[in-house]
Amino acid sequence: MENLNFRERVWSFMPIEEEIDVSHQVILYIEGLNLSFDGFKALNDLNLYVNDGELRCLIGANGAGKTTLMDVITGKTQCDSGSVYFGQTHNLLTKDEAEIAQLGIGRKFQKPTVFEALSVFDNLELSLKANKSVLSTLFAKLTPTQTERIYQVLTTIGLKNDCFMLAGALSHGQKQWLEIGMLLVSDPRLLLIDEPVAGMTAEETERTAELLTSLAGERTVIVVEHDMEFVRSIARTVTVLHQGSVLAEGTIDEIQNNQDVIDVYLGEGE
Amino acid sequence: MSQLSKLFSRKANGVGPILPFIVILLVATTASILGNLLFDPSSIFHVSTYTITLLGKYLCYAMLALAVDIVWGYCGILSLGHGAFFALGGYAMGMYLMRQIGDRGVYGNPELPDFMVFLDWQSLPWYWQGMDNFGVAMLIVALVPGTLAYIFGSLAFRSRVTGVYLSIMTQALTYALLLAFFRNEMGFGGNNGLTDFKEILGFRLQADSTRIALLAVTSIALAIALIVSHLVLKSRLGKVVIAIRDTEARARFLGYRTDKFKVWLFVFSAVIAAIAGALYVPQVGIINPGEFSPLNSIEIVVWVAIGGRGTLVGAIIGALIVNYAKTKFTILLPEVWLFALGGMFVLVTLFLPKGLTGLMSQLHQKYLKKTVTETDEKTVGSRV
Repeated sequence: MENLNFRERVWSFMPIEEEIDVSHQVILYIEGLNLSFDGFKALNDLNLYVNDGELRCLIGANGAGKTTLMDVITGKTQCDSGSVYFGQTHNLLTKDEAEIAQLGIGRKFQKPTVFEALSVFDNLELSLKANKSVLSTLFAKLTPTQTERIYQVLTTIGLKNDCFMLAGALSHGQKQWLEIGMLLVSDPRLLLIDEPVAGMTAEETERTAELLTSLAGERTVIVVEHDMEFVRSIARTVTVLHQGSVLAEGTIDEIQNNQDVIDVYLGEGE
Repeated sequence: MSQLSKLFSRKANGVGPILPFIVILLVATTASILGNLLFDPSSIFHVSTYTITLLGKYLCYAMLALAVDIVWGYCGILSLGHGAFFALGGYAMGMYLMRQIGDRGVYGNPELPDFMVFLDWQSLPWYWQGMDNFGVAMLIVALVPGTLAYIFGSLAFRSRVTGVYLSIMTQALTYALLLAFFRNEMGFGGNNGLTDFKEILGFRLQADSTRIALLAVTSIALAIALIVSHLVLKSRLGKVVIAIRDTEARARFLGYRTDKFKVWLFVFSAVIAAIAGALYVPQVGIINPGEFSPLNSIEIVVWVAIGGRGTLVGAIIGALIVNYAKTKFTILLPEVWLFALGGMFVLVTLFLPKGLTGLMSQLHQKYLKKTVTETDEKTVGSRV
């Protein structure tokens, strides 16, 4: 009789929430990824491993495959071949965007994308980690803990005074922050952040750098950025993409002294 | 049930913004009914039965506009085929009313409606079975359009069809149904549709009292539809729906299955449209394939645009004003009406992007700006 209580699964159609298995310290395994658009190889046998709790920067020229890589990880784009695993057990290639998001992978777009017709508060409310089916959304109610969490994040992103303002009325930099806040409030394990400081003032950039650095450790953060100054200020490990595959990986100093990188990327401007 | 009551109690203050409108709606209905009953035709307060029926018809249109506003105004799904759900609901009601005629038809056949006798049919088709029962008929009113909306929505939204392509598909849907219902073999009276109704639930349709009761029922149904829609759209689901309208990709990356939200909102809207159709038919006394006409569906969109989309009440006001204008114009200057409608649409689109309700809040803000900001601060303070 007692065994009944130990059944992990009552109905096979009700998936039990599986923990993300990071026993090998790696949270994201990307292996042999290929993707071509009309013959153009956007991703070319790309291999990338990201450790749990790491803050990783992805750099590379336009068309190097940075955004495409994010699209594949988040389920927006199907790849031709390869594998993407989140932890050791979750095969991301078999899941759609909503499922991947519910696993705890948050994404910030290149262009700030917030719900302009909703207030800052509502934007965060929708981003909360919760049951996101149609019916439970209809009857959803904010719990005190959730409200508390929203105010915490509002303080972190510095929008507490504007929390009932429509998101559409925010400045560009504030929208960037709100979008980062939307990621934070959902408690993701892995954050994919595409050009977080585009259009930000120097001061805002600095605060963003601080925020991202403070997130690492508890969460894993992957940042795509062009601004080398910014990369230098946050990154411990930098991965350089070139023509759809990894060209080099290392600390920022190693990267800047790497001859291959100088040839194809940093040297480009000369 | 407890969840439902929770929804209502939690949002008890949330009905606030639409409450004045509901009061006006119910008071106006009561006043016109009393005007019909208490005053004799010579009095200026008298409301003729013709007007009563006309009002009932307008309110059905208002409900239809409400349905379109739910999907278009809040979710950005521009449906140019909502007339189809309205007509399907109307046909289901028409079938019930046909069966109530019994042997009083021209051919006096107690079992078969006149058009079936005329086509030399021997027995009632399977889909007419049970339609003489009011309960079954009302179930069909909601079920058939709801199912159609579910199937159509699932196919369209899952394959991520949006924008103009979706609008064209909805237009094709209603056009296909128009052609289908024109065929005699469909068993819905073909070109002539269903008409010559006698009674509903045993009450004579021509009787003044029945017409008054129908207006009252329509008015209450509209009020309920408005309240329920308001509550749904004020819930977190409503916010998700607006989020989908603004940036669907973002909503998806937050973990919402946006296609499911769109499908269920579409079904909800289709059922409201169908109920409006079912209330419409006994009041106008006929339903024919013309109701499926793509033009009708486009006209509904014009009502909503004129009233102001994304406000619910705006859609209702738009439908009432345009249809009142239509009645007046088509009597005074029938040939000018379509130009007037087109002109109104152009003017509203150019100068009042938020419709008439948008104009009201613009004026409100302009002249009462100070009070508005003060109350805003108050609400912010109370929520913090």
